[in-house]
Amino acid sequence: MSASTRKRPLGLIAGLVLTGLLLAVALLSLVWTPASPTKMQILLKLKPPLVAGLLGTDQYGRDIASLLMVGAWNSLSIAFLSVLIGAGVGTALGLACAIKRAGIFATLVLRGCDVLFAIPPILSAMMLGAFIGPGRFTAIIAIGVFMIPVFTRIAFAAASRIWARDYIMAARACGKGAARISIEHVAPNIATPILVQVTIQLGLAILTEAGLSFLGLGLPPPAPTWGRMLAEAQTFLRPAPWLALLPGLAIALSVLGFNLIGDGFRDLLDPKAETGR
Amino acid sequence: MIGLVLRRLAGLVLTLVAVSALIFAVMNILPGDAAAIMLGTSASEDTLAALRSELGLDRPVVWRYLAWIAGALHGDFGRSYTYGVPVSELIGERLSLTLPLAGIALVLSVLVSVPLGVAAAARRRGIIDGLATLFAQMSVAMPAFWVAILLIILFSVQGGWLPAGGFPGWQVGFWPALKALILPSVALALPQAGVLTRVTRGAVLDVMHEDFARTARAKGISRRVTLWRHVLPNAAGPIVTVLGLQFTFLVAGAVLIENVFSLPGLGRLAYQALAQRDIVVMQAVVLLLSGLVIVVNFLVDLLQMRLDPRLRATPA
Repeated sequence: MSASTRKRPLGLIAGLVLTGLLLAVALLSLVWTPASPTKMQILLKLKPPLVAGLLGTDQYGRDIASLLMVGAWNSLSIAFLSVLIGAGVGTALGLACAIKRAGIFATLVLRGCDVLFAIPPILSAMMLGAFIGPGRFTAIIAIGVFMIPVFTRIAFAAASRIWARDYIMAARACGKGAARISIEHVAPNIATPILVQVTIQLGLAILTEAGLSFLGLGLPPPAPTWGRMLAEAQTFLRPAPWLALLPGLAIALSVLGFNLIGDGFRDLLDPKAETGR
Repeated sequence: MIGLVLRRLAGLVLTLVAVSALIFAVMNILPGDAAAIMLGTSASEDTLAALRSELGLDRPVVWRYLAWIAGALHGDFGRSYTYGVPVSELIGERLSLTLPLAGIALVLSVLVSVPLGVAAAARRRGIIDGLATLFAQMSVAMPAFWVAILLIILFSVQGGWLPAGGFPGWQVGFWPALKALILPSVALALPQAGVLTRVTRGAVLDVMHEDFARTARAKGISRRVTLWRHVLPNAAGPIVTVLGLQFTFLVAGAVLIENVFSLPGLGRLAYQALAQRDIVVMQAVVLLLSGLVIVVNFLVDLLQMRLDPRLRATPA
């Protein structure tokens, strides 16, 4: 692969810009929003964009732009925490399984992953929601638990390849234990596929969180979430279609941003995937 | 080959047992008193006791689990607390909507994505490839329930061509019923089509430069025939695998889509059961949908072996 035939990573740049903007908006919402996202002004209800506020108002006269901004923070924070759980637990399990690939522990964990994987994420969240009650905690746990098998499998596959390398043999000859080798030598070498997966799962987490809020299983009101904004907009599709356009667009652009970063990373780090054929 | 299938079958049964145990544990042991959850805080001690004995809560957990499984194997999932009818009856009714919905969505997504993916791979970095990549990125990023709402705005609110929701039932005739499923299945199919387009493109690119493809071209077979008759069958493996893996997302999507369109399917049943805290219905639907995912992936495994003789030769 020569530098001249190498494609400029436009997708990656676009993804970084989108995600950067999203992060900035989410963080900004913590200190400033154009109006209070909970302030109702019934006289100004269902105003189109630019007539009242930048992006219009909802059925209670709340400022859409402010709702979307706080929604970005809620969506991102839940996505980050759930992926953190999934990636942390999953990678640790995958690393542990790779130490003794055919052992009882590895077999049990990998089988368990198959089991977890079989239950659709929305349904597991619904089951959890029935008992813990809907909320931030339920959403994070339900999405995070569903992410564990993905990371376990990827970490296991990557770590298994690393364990066959000579430098692992050398580390063993030095008398290092399996746990220490896993942390010092295997983990750093499987970071790339894990990171790529993290960005992709972040997009998926945002989608799932939006789905849960759409069903009323996410953050309870009055905390604004993109999913619930969409659910509420369904009643006003005729008089105020923009209510349904904006939150969906916010979700789609956020997911697109993370996916573009994931793809861009993969192409950059694994040149075989895009060029070289 | 038969030995391998039997081993896979044993694995399937084990996985099903584990999934059912997990669902049972989450629904029956975690919450403590299921009767109290179903009836709420205002229930009197007498009604609680009555429901407890009806649910068998006075018996050991293992006994209850085995009784549940034994019943499920006979198609008896117990009686719905809120609807007052056998759960199997409810499920049968709802399946007549969810199965066609998922089926149409699956067929639609394959019909769109496979030709698009092949065409994109055939002229790499061409216009079609660019459009296919854009389509794949967009359709994966857009939540299916938002697509559903957009479709409603376009085709029902503005156009008035298709119903915005509800389902008249198959007894009113094939066409009116099918009409109610068009928008939902398109919305459900779109994210799947995006994923499949990418996978098809990648899989075709992987095999189209292999020796047999070059040989076929060298023999004078046209580019098009080579692609469809030689390359695509060899690229089918990953496509079918992803189709199986995506099935769980198809099911999850159906839960959301059915709620957008108020379609009385399994997903809506699960949602209503949750709202009414009808644990008996809830656990039956989750078991059924998860079982469906497991069985589909098992069938995909078998199909793989059928497609690729190399997988048959070496027992995994």
